[in-house]
Amino acid sequence: MNVDLFIPCFVDQMSPQVGLAVATVLERLGHTCTFRAAQTCCGQPSFNAGYWDEARKVAIHALEVFAGAEAVVGPSGSCVAMMKVFYPELLAGTPHETAALDLAARTFEFGEFLVKKLGVTDVGARFPHRVTYHDGCHGLRELRIKDEPRQLLRAVKDLELVECDETESCCGFGGLFSVKFPMISTAMAEVKGGSLVRTGCDYIVSSDPSCQLQLDGWISRCQSSGSLSAAGGGRRPRTVHLAEILAGTVS
Amino acid sequence: MTQLLPHPETDYPVVMLAKTQFLKDAAAHVRDSGHRAFVRKALGGYYTNRDLQKARYRDWEHARDAASLAKWSAVNRLDELLPRFVANFEANGGQVHWARDAHEARTIILDLLRAAKAKAIIKSKCMTSEEIHLNAAMEKDGYGVVESDLGEFIQQLRGEPPYHFVFPCMHVRRDEISDLFGRHLGSAPTDSPEELTMIARRHMRRLYVDADVGITGANFLVAETGQISITENEGNARLTAALPRVHISISGIEKVVENLDDLSVLLPMLATAGAGQPMTCYNTLYSGPRQPGECDGPEEMHLVLLDNQRTAILADPEQRDSLHCIRCGACLNVCPIFKNVGGFTYGTTYQGPIGSVITPHLRGLADWNHLSGASSLCGACTDACPVRIDIHHHLLHNRRNAARTAPSRLERLGHRLFVVAARRPWLFAAGGAMFRRSLGLLKALRPPLLKDWLASRDLPAAPASSFRGQWAARSRTRHPD
Amino acid sequence: MIAPASPPPTSARDTILARIREALRVPAPVPHVRSHSAEQAVTPKAGGLPALTVLPAEVAKPWLPDGGDTPAERLRIFMENLEKLRAVPRRVPNLQSAAEAIASLAKERDWRRVAGHAHPLVEPVLANLPCGVERVDGPAGFDKNALEACDAGITACDAAVAQTGAILVSSRTCGGRGLSILPHVHIVVLRADQVVATVGDALHAARERAAGRMPSMLSFITGPSRTGDIERILVLGAHGPKELFVFLVG
Repeated sequence: MNVDLFIPCFVDQMSPQVGLAVATVLERLGHTCTFRAAQTCCGQPSFNAGYWDEARKVAIHALEVFAGAEAVVGPSGSCVAMMKVFYPELLAGTPHETAALDLAARTFEFGEFLVKKLGVTDVGARFPHRVTYHDGCHGLRELRIKDEPRQLLRAVKDLELVECDETESCCGFGGLFSVKFPMISTAMAEVKGGSLVRTGCDYIVSSDPSCQLQLDGWISRCQSSGSLSAAGGGRRPRTVHLAEILAGTVS
Repeated sequence: MTQLLPHPETDYPVVMLAKTQFLKDAAAHVRDSGHRAFVRKALGGYYTNRDLQKARYRDWEHARDAASLAKWSAVNRLDELLPRFVANFEANGGQVHWARDAHEARTIILDLLRAAKAKAIIKSKCMTSEEIHLNAAMEKDGYGVVESDLGEFIQQLRGEPPYHFVFPCMHVRRDEISDLFGRHLGSAPTDSPEELTMIARRHMRRLYVDADVGITGANFLVAETGQISITENEGNARLTAALPRVHISISGIEKVVENLDDLSVLLPMLATAGAGQPMTCYNTLYSGPRQPGECDGPEEMHLVLLDNQRTAILADPEQRDSLHCIRCGACLNVCPIFKNVGGFTYGTTYQGPIGSVITPHLRGLADWNHLSGASSLCGACTDACPVRIDIHHHLLHNRRNAARTAPSRLERLGHRLFVVAARRPWLFAAGGAMFRRSLGLLKALRPPLLKDWLASRDLPAAPASSFRGQWAARSRTRHPD
Repeated sequence: MIAPASPPPTSARDTILARIREALRVPAPVPHVRSHSAEQAVTPKAGGLPALTVLPAEVAKPWLPDGGDTPAERLRIFMENLEKLRAVPRRVPNLQSAAEAIASLAKERDWRRVAGHAHPLVEPVLANLPCGVERVDGPAGFDKNALEACDAGITACDAAVAQTGAILVSSRTCGGRGLSILPHVHIVVLRADQVVATVGDALHAARERAAGRMPSMLSFITGPSRTGDIERILVLGAHGPKELFVFLVG
């Protein structure tokens, strides 16, 4: 199969290793990956802020970029949800509505793609560590992805998967919410981050780099301010994307 | 510059913009980790019980579909069903009064109290009465009112509004209640919730017997039979509507259901989602005042039907389903915003996710849209709602409506600039590269937004090259030509 | 110049109904439903609101908690639910045993006055009590102060619901409104065959019995009165009865 990689703008600039890990896994499974360099952003920031006319323009660009793709796969629950769930609403009543529905049907989140589309749970990975999984809200509630990442993690050799006591709580990122209402966002990071750290895990796995940014940002600050032991165990878990574990590229 | 006008509902002067107040209160509240932990602990029992009850349903998700259909069909035929309800209620001897807004509702009720020569008024839980600020108006007119619901009674003594529209005093510790009762009722200190409840019970008993007017709310208005349905656990609403001579009920116009049978779905689901119970203790249908042959009951029953901007929400087909709300409070119970900022921070009658959706409609979008913005759109609320209201998406819709009618010009400019770049891949890539290279400097300079992030969280260093750069290099090594 | 007559003021009722009609000119989309049964319940109509062809209660029926398919199952589920609610269920072979058990209870608790009403299941119980009896529906009329002073209230019921453990009382047949809510203890005497499966069944029966005129009050009583308002800790006996005894006869 030829897979078109959908690399969210901040993955492109801030966590490129996640995009490369996705390609590594898919190629290992025998598929070819293409990166259409004309892609820029899914338009979610403007959409979430309510500037739908602006978001629409960005969406139309994305539709043009991915026209004709067999499958579009992205390592971000929130960005994939934007294309899959919200593009049809954003473009309803415009001449682009059909194209939006068409693209939505061919766009997948990475873990979802492996398990539901390719029917694969074991990619031959090994990761001898204790990990816990953070359910990103867009992936969980817009894309209904819950079990797939866990199936993939359970198939990884020597990996110990534990669950925190707040699996479905939001990390508090929420896009611009994290800086428009920073005190609430941080309180939410405390709750979710605290719960994840208390599992005593070595790695926090996520399918959403924006959640990773938030959680890692809070954990890192806790560590440098000396309050990490209060959060639990004194361990400083690292956040990592599911694709990196499956690709075996965690440094 | 927005003018600070008197509050439209209470006429009290507004000291600062609602948004400023919200940010101030939120900041103060998130620092109170003791309070947050207390509320979290209080909700723990609810989650357990809720899940136990949900498991008793043979399929909770399918039941939600049915509940959603029941309210959708009622609200979308309100033009037919509300008059039908009224005709049936009046045929049972009930008297209906219509109020276009809060002021009219207060006037009607004060007139009823005057006509009844009311001396002692007992009230059971009624969020609609909170919405119209009824207690303050009654007290101003010289009436003593006692809230009989234990949580509302505690809040009344504390001089606070309800913290949560189902659990009004969930933030209050038992030692605080003991002090409160000691000061107001002269009771001995105790740390037993049972004893505290008995103190309130004993105090309230005479009030039920002596009251001449009882004021209640209504959970549902049944069009088929002209009955109002009241859901409660304590029995105080039953007592309020049993013993006084006059019964006044207040309800929003949207509470209509078509058939009595709809309650066979809605009553259990209201209890399960709202309180983790199979049914609440008392679910009562009132047709009207006491009938010939019945040995007790009020001689008069009045129902005040309130619009107060509900027809404005009705007129928005996209958000009309927010009128399906059965006020169970499940969305509050799962909302991370609510759990972290607390009920008072919202500054509204209805808190939490549903409150954030409807308050801009009830009180004005420009001033209250920050409630729609104060959300990460996690969607836990929508998942929890027993009648499938699309709550978190309506927050998005409110944001869109605000951007159209009252945009922030600076913000809109920012988004427009982003669009210019996003449609030009070379420009977008160049901008991204510039961001990466200057991140270190930006962190030192701390411009707005970045400053807010860095106040409480770190940001990693930018990588040396972007994905597109590394991909291009990767492709070259694989396919050199 | 004669000033034009101003139009008569529109009443609040007319204004609100006009606003509703205006608002509903655009129908709202059918809610997103997931189940096949719910999808089947809605039939799209050309222009205007789709019709609901299956009642929501019917759609919900297979999915709500179980109420039991046979009388024996219903009874078992009912009694289990009563216990979970901390009500006290007691099965007795006949009305006489119920009367005796209640008389012992009155003696053990040292009750001075018990209230009741006229009903074939209640009167024999009242007659057998060792203490004073207050009749709420007697010729002397209803005295709320006297009722307040009673230690217990005894009522019949219209139905009992297995699915939830509820008792359905009515102001017409169960001694009015106050009797089942004011005294500290509520005792219900019912026949085992009055237990129906679901809330829906009980409402259906209530509609039939009412024959066009509903009583002024119908109330589902699901266990003793309770509150969780203090730190979300369950306490029984908030304002209504602290104890609920349910005697199932036969």
